[in-house]
Amino acid sequence: MEQISAKQSDKTIITVLGKDTVGIIAKVCTYLSQNNINVLDISQTIVQGYFHMMMIVEMKESEVSFSRCSQELDKIGEEIGVKIKCQKEEIFEKMHRI
Amino acid sequence: MINIREVEETNKMIEQENLDVRTITLGISLLDCIDADLEVLNEKIYSKITTTARDLAAVGNKIENDYRIPIVNKRISVTPIALVGGAACKTPEDFAAIARTLDQAAKKTGVNFIGGYSALVSKGMTPADENLIRSIPQALAETDFVCSSVNVGSTKTGINMDAVRLMGEIVRETAQRTKEKDSLGCAKLVIFCNAPDDNPFMAGAFHGVTEADAVIHVGVSGPGVVKTALEQVRGESFEVLCETIKKTAFKITRVGQLVAQEASRRLGIPFGIIDLSLAPTPAVGDSVADILHEIGVEYAGAPGTTAALALLNDQVKKGGIMASSYVGGLSGAFIPVSEDQGMIDAAEAHALTLEKLEAMTCVCSVGLDMIAVPGDTKASTIAGIIADEMAIGMINQKTTAVRLIPVIGKGVGERAEFGGLLGYAPIMPVNPYDCSAFVNRVGRIPAPVHSFKN
Repeated sequence: MEQISAKQSDKTIITVLGKDTVGIIAKVCTYLSQNNINVLDISQTIVQGYFHMMMIVEMKESEVSFSRCSQELDKIGEEIGVKIKCQKEEIFEKMHRI
Repeated sequence: MINIREVEETNKMIEQENLDVRTITLGISLLDCIDADLEVLNEKIYSKITTTARDLAAVGNKIENDYRIPIVNKRISVTPIALVGGAACKTPEDFAAIARTLDQAAKKTGVNFIGGYSALVSKGMTPADENLIRSIPQALAETDFVCSSVNVGSTKTGINMDAVRLMGEIVRETAQRTKEKDSLGCAKLVIFCNAPDDNPFMAGAFHGVTEADAVIHVGVSGPGVVKTALEQVRGESFEVLCETIKKTAFKITRVGQLVAQEASRRLGIPFGIIDLSLAPTPAVGDSVADILHEIGVEYAGAPGTTAALALLNDQVKKGGIMASSYVGGLSGAFIPVSEDQGMIDAAEAHALTLEKLEAMTCVCSVGLDMIAVPGDTKASTIAGIIADEMAIGMINQKTTAVRLIPVIGKGVGERAEFGGLLGYAPIMPVNPYDCSAFVNRVGRIPAPVHSFKN
């Protein structure tokens, strides 16, 4: 059941929030490319020294499940001292689009 | 495509403004469990609930992780037990055995409440209904998760005053049986007029006989989100105020709709309704009273409060109805006292009285909710308060409810502590004058003239 639902939703939003340091995007993108996760869009802002990035990614071709990806990115976030969060895109679509 | 500002807004609502899905409630029909043998009946009930709700908690957690939206409660509602147990239960003690079965099933499935220990007696009581009602104090004292409700009136039938009188006694007895825990049993007992069949919120949830075999209902929440949105429009006109509430309610409801659809798909159980209620918790910033304050009254209960609440309730519905085609349950703003820090503060400041709360219930969803009253309040007085609230529901064709807690051993000026989501409540004074000659009349109050629409 878990696998099916992970595959049905194709887009995932990854947000990264934390103090700006060298190599945040590189670390996240390395993980994504290693797992065959395609990045569709990246935007970022820096507010008062805080780094805020949002990525829209597609996991269709990836072997890794949504929940595993979410856990592993959590761990990477802890290592580099930022908060990384994976969410299925529908929650934003539903809330902000009629 | 979604942009970073929209993502930030949603995540800020979740992380800082307490946006959550308050409950996924799985309604389960127990009509096919009916049996004349009590033991067989209990086995069938346990087996049906634990089978149907087997994946409920796990699926709820999975959805939580996929969207990073907290789903605070996973719950079950069942067919009113007075109907299910009628053939097998000949005494109140027989019914209490079913309550214990429901409690075990709730614990097995990992939910935190199970509703439906209920009787629908808006016109009259069968012997089974009366036995169930008389078993409520024992059932609530012996179980942890069972919630009970009794529908004693409706716009179509009038008010069953024999049931109202009996409920006055039952509320007192329930308080007595749980007096070590500040009469906590009464927090799990609701008396309704016009009870909806599809309410996902406890303690009043039950799975009505008009519902399918199993159905998913979702209750959304989000007072903190509405309050924060209103902070941005201080001093603006009513039009701007109403627009802001509607837009916010729309966003909140859409999240509920998403969770409901996902839960329904993953569990393979049809989706029923979204309940739009703004349900507060004792957490700071998660308060309906704070919204009223933001609209412009110093404390909930100050002059203007009823109008502000009417406005709030209506805009929440208007925004929510646009967001989901299947809205039901109670849908509006809840105004419990103990579960809302702003309401507690208002009661402690003497801004809020029982009488003002009664007026507020005319324009909000539900009614006199989670109100602690002195432990020596007479059964007839409790019945009088119930009758007043039922009359408001009957005449205004809306759902009203009473969840009063006479806190045994405590009086005005003291506090009842319930803990967790139920919070604490200052004990509020009750009008001391007698109404026993009124409630002791037998029979029922006839249906109002506007019920004859055929």
